Amino acid sequence: MNIKKTLVVIGNGMVGQHFLANLVASPANEDYEIVTFCEEPRPAYDRVHLSAFFSGKTAEDLSLVEPGFFEQHGITIYMGDKAVKICRESKTVVSEKGITIRYDKLVLATGSFPFVPPVPGHDRAQCLVYRTIEDLEAMAAAAKNGKVGVVVGGGLLGLEAAKALQDLGLKTHVVEFAPRLMAVQLDEAGGAMLRRKIENLGVTVHTGKNTSLITDGDQCVNKMCFADGEELETDIVLFSAGIRPRDDIARDCALDVGPRGGIVINNQCLTSDPDIYAIGECALWNGMIYGLVAPGYAMARTVVAELAGHTASFTGADMSTKLKLMGVDVASIGDAHAKTPGALVYTYQNGDSEVYKRLVVSEDKKQLLGAVLVGEASGYGTLLQYCLNGIELPENPDALILPSRSDEPVVLGPDALPMSAQICSCFDVTKGAVCLAIEAGCTTIDALKSATKASTGCGGCSALLKSVMNSELAKQGFEVNTDICEHFSYTRQDLSNLVRVEEIKTFTGLLEKHGKGRGCEICKPAVGSILASYWNDFVLKTEHLGLQDTNDNFLANMQKDGTYSVVPRIAGGEISPDMLIALGMVGKKYNLYTKITGGQRVDLFGARVDQLPPIWKELIDAGFESGHAYGKSLRTVKSCVGSNWCRYGLDDSVGLAIELENRYKGLRSPHKIKFAVSGCTRECAEAQSKDVGIIATESGWNLYVCGNGGMKPRHGDLFATSLDKETLIKYIDRFLSFYVRTADRLQRTSVWIENMEGGLDYLKSVVIDDKLEVCEQLEQQMQLVIDTYQCEWLTTINDESKLKRFRHFINSDQPDDQVVFVEERGQIRPADENEQKHFKIMEVA
Amino acid sequence: MSRWQEVCTIDDLQPDSGICALIEGQQVALFYMPKEAAVYALNNYDPFGGANVLSRGLIGDIKGQPVVSSPLYKQHFNLETGVCLEDETVTIPAYPVRIENGSVQVRITHA
Repeated sequence: MNIKKTLVVIGNGMVGQHFLANLVASPANEDYEIVTFCEEPRPAYDRVHLSAFFSGKTAEDLSLVEPGFFEQHGITIYMGDKAVKICRESKTVVSEKGITIRYDKLVLATGSFPFVPPVPGHDRAQCLVYRTIEDLEAMAAAAKNGKVGVVVGGGLLGLEAAKALQDLGLKTHVVEFAPRLMAVQLDEAGGAMLRRKIENLGVTVHTGKNTSLITDGDQCVNKMCFADGEELETDIVLFSAGIRPRDDIARDCALDVGPRGGIVINNQCLTSDPDIYAIGECALWNGMIYGLVAPGYAMARTVVAELAGHTASFTGADMSTKLKLMGVDVASIGDAHAKTPGALVYTYQNGDSEVYKRLVVSEDKKQLLGAVLVGEASGYGTLLQYCLNGIELPENPDALILPSRSDEPVVLGPDALPMSAQICSCFDVTKGAVCLAIEAGCTTIDALKSATKASTGCGGCSALLKSVMNSELAKQGFEVNTDICEHFSYTRQDLSNLVRVEEIKTFTGLLEKHGKGRGCEICKPAVGSILASYWNDFVLKTEHLGLQDTNDNFLANMQKDGTYSVVPRIAGGEISPDMLIALGMVGKKYNLYTKITGGQRVDLFGARVDQLPPIWKELIDAGFESGHAYGKSLRTVKSCVGSNWCRYGLDDSVGLAIELENRYKGLRSPHKIKFAVSGCTRECAEAQSKDVGIIATESGWNLYVCGNGGMKPRHGDLFATSLDKETLIKYIDRFLSFYVRTADRLQRTSVWIENMEGGLDYLKSVVIDDKLEVCEQLEQQMQLVIDTYQCEWLTTINDESKLKRFRHFINSDQPDDQVVFVEERGQIRPADENEQKHFKIMEVA
Repeated sequence: MSRWQEVCTIDDLQPDSGICALIEGQQVALFYMPKEAAVYALNNYDPFGGANVLSRGLIGDIKGQPVVSSPLYKQHFNLETGVCLEDETVTIPAYPVRIENGSVQVRITHA
């Protein structure tokens, strides 16, 4: 009969237990009688998630040992008994309680203990460590009468401990000696981002702090004094400043240990004694202590394989980690600090969503060496695969950390919308309903409109509807037709290029050369806008007039009853009392409904088409000019009152607003453009919700682009900071010209940038770095528009032939008898259907 | 019996666009496509928007049919028949129209 040898395992922590679990599942189990010593009163538990103890988990929940495990596998466990001595000559282990066991093979899995810096006062009351469940119970007891807790150490475990203190209801601080959090895993910017996120959660972080003394507190039990003279009162001090290997028992029996501790092991995890192994945090391999559980597990498996007669070796471990610290995703892979010679670094930082990503790649850009992810770590798995398996990187490695614009937009693209999202608010059509209709065979916007009624009300959702449709069709494998309409097999951008490069000056010219048919209400206004953007002809010239959409057609905004509203320009929202009076006089004379707009000007409603020229004659005589409220063009540059009056203003926002409005007025563009200028960061002009937003700072103007209010609000992206006025204007010139050239029809800048490959960085590279070498052209393009500006109403009222159209009937001076107003709150409004009937009956009577 | 009525001269028409005329109390939108030498006449009333605005709509063609699109909510009406492309149950009056010696003539048919 085969007599079993004895295997003793000292320590039943995570690694010790992992070793046992693997051993009993291996053939080596047959050869050994297993004995283990466990110092703690309970078998192995999950120390990695120790803080869960304070969010409701029990010691049982954290246990890593299946009930009955030891009995089932015939393992003798001495619980609550600590092995204190090894006698290598007699091959015995002696325990605290006096038990002596003879071993054939011995495995040391003694783990580590928390390092407590030898600061005077470190052993005071309520100065604790964070390692065992007993430590947690001491923390909980101390927290009962305390208000403040400090964690010394801003590493992985320290931040875990901070969460525990917070869960105990304490005002929590983290004190770190290094200049940043998680100094081992994160680089400076990653650490800074993590700090911001953690501070947002209510934890105060102190970095670069050296504790020199802990003494009596005034309000709290303890007071920490720092080398820089600062002090911090706290009830609990929790040391989490790293670990030290528990190697006493090995030292005492003269096993080799490292100069700074740790039981020296070779690749088979053997110590200097061929019958004694060491695994986990007590072991020193190649001069290194691994403070993570995964390498310890790898060592455990190596020893099991060795015992089973296989050749195995531990050759170091990957230190990559991914975890959630206080709800913040943090991951670190490989050479996160780019210490490899020649390593290249890519960084992506999104201050808004507090995401930081860093990629370290080899000099030839083929291998991933390391990565840091803070705030968003969904890419960890993929990146780890690249790093560990040496998979060749794609041509542009940064694509791995940049938000993917096509598949999973960071901003709410159509795919990010839930099925319950309302697309059309007029008819309450959800994305789900749109998708069903698409599945049922609606593959055009018209078919979708008929089937769902979406976008048949105000039409404001048409762009969104189209993007949902395109995205769904693409998913279903349809080729998405990007032709602008049936008359041109081109996108708006294509047409824009054709017009510019071939210097085409009329719609007819473009249609004859590149299109077919007679055009429609899609392509005509689009081309009309492109022609105006590049050549800036008068839009009511005979050859352009038929291209103009409803409002441009009569240089006023058509309302539901066919009358128009009139909006003169009030640049920057600055208007003198005299001008205001003149405006009021016109409103009064023509009995117009008068309302202040969101863009800081005055809208006059209820003008019949025949009234438009006389109204404008009077406005122009009073010094007004067209406000282009009717055009897809620059609308307003809103401003706060700025430094001339405001106690907080840093610069003259009104002055800049007026200058910009006058510079860009009349610019026809793919959609309307709104600006705002704020005189300080209080942002009273709401510049960050505009296509172009400018905010004054102490050091110059900050430029934001591609913001939007309206249907789908979007915060503007910070484009450039601390600009002087000249540079600011140069960037805006280029930005607007580039938008005009490349945007889709009726695409606001917010949607434009979201659909732009490369997004904000690409836009910056074009506008600031002139990557496409077009900036000179873009500036010239803008200069032409500025040089050829005209007030379209001045041109119109000075041209008798143009005025002929401004009457309801070509053959009668009668007005439209269907235009009927009633009074409400002292002003006119269009009569509704019932009121109209009533009115007509009265008239006949 | 209706008769051809002179409304205006061809110079009063707006190339590739529309104007409105008052004929026997009816608002008639007149559209002119000079390239095709075509003139079309439809009632000016937009039944969807409930306003007299069709003469101010954009004209063109959809799948070969000459159309005007309403300036209010963009429904298309066939310029020859008055049938709405989006909803064929809706038809607006279309009138015979011709150009004789430079004058535009419309024949109003009363229901």
